[in-house]
Amino acid sequence: MTGSRDQGPLDATDRRLVVATQDGLPLCPRPYHALAEALGLPPEEVMARLRRMLETGIIRRIGAVPNHYRLGFRANGMSVWDVADAAVGELGPRIGALDFVSHCYRRPRHLPVWPYNLFAMVHGRSRAEVEEKVGEIAQLLGPAARAHDVLYSTRLLKKTGLRLVA
Amino acid sequence: MDAKDRQIINALQGGFPVSETPFAEAAARLHMTEDDLIARLRRLCDEGHLSRFGPMYNAERLGGAVTLAALAVPDERIEAVAAQVNAHPEIAHNYARAHDFSMWFVVAAEQPEQIPAVLADIAAETGLPVYDMPKLEEYYVGLRFEL
Repeated sequence: MTGSRDQGPLDATDRRLVVATQDGLPLCPRPYHALAEALGLPPEEVMARLRRMLETGIIRRIGAVPNHYRLGFRANGMSVWDVADAAVGELGPRIGALDFVSHCYRRPRHLPVWPYNLFAMVHGRSRAEVEEKVGEIAQLLGPAARAHDVLYSTRLLKKTGLRLVA
Repeated sequence: MDAKDRQIINALQGGFPVSETPFAEAAARLHMTEDDLIARLRRLCDEGHLSRFGPMYNAERLGGAVTLAALAVPDERIEAVAAQVNAHPEIAHNYARAHDFSMWFVVAAEQPEQIPAVLADIAAETGLPVYDMPKLEEYYVGLRFEL
C-alpha cells in the first residue's frame, strides 16, 4: 500500500506543475505555454517535465476525464471474486483487459467475513447491463472463481480525490 | 451531446500530445478545427460530461499512499458514520454500497504513515472494525467509456 518511491519525490517545480494542472489544462491553443507563463517557467521545461512524468507513470495519461455518471453510466458495480491464489496472477490481467472493466486489482481477503481477493469495477447504463458484463467475467474466470458478489453503489458520500496543496 | 462530442470523448481519453499546439494536432486527427475542439471541450467540462481535461495523476507515484477500506455500517448509522469518516481530509472518495459491507472509502495521503493512523482513528470514532484492503497488484486502471 505504500507509494512507489523509485522515482524519488517530486521536486518543487514538479509539484507546482501538478498543483497547476490537477484540475485540468488551460483550454486554449497553446496550453503548455499558458501554463509556463503562469508559472514563470520556459515552455520547453514545462513540456519536458510533463513528458518525463508521463514516461515514469506519475501521469497515467493526458486527456478527457469522463464523468461516467453524467454520461449515463448510472450503474456502478464493484464485482468481487474469490480466485485461487495460484491463478489470480494470470487471470487478473485478462479481466483488467476487458473494455468494460475500469479498475482491476488484487486485494487481501479478510477471512472468514471477506473471502474475495480480485476486484473488478464494472460500469453500465443499468444493473442489467452490469450483470451481463459480470456474467462475462464469470465465464472468463471459470472454475478458478470459487465465489463472487457484486456491490452496487447506492450513494456517493464524498468525492474529492487526492489533492496536493500549493 | 452530439456524435462529434461522443467521438471526442471516445478518442481523447488519453494520448493528448505534449507539444506547442496540441489541440490543433488532436483536432486534425478528429477531422475538425482546433477552435471547434476547444469550444466543445469547454462545453463538455462546463456541462459536467467531463470532470476535467488534462493529466490524470497516479496518486501513489506522486509520493503518497492510497488504500481502500470498508466498514459494515448498520443502516440506521450510515449518515452519522459517513460524517465521521468524511471529516478526515484524507478520505478521497466514499461510496455507500448495497451490501453488509455498506461503506467503502479510499484514503489517500501524501505521507504513507498517515494511512494506518486515519484507519485507527476511524475505528476508534465509529466503534466499527475497519477492513483495510490495499491493492496488492494492479491489473488495470482507466476509464475507457465507449459512448
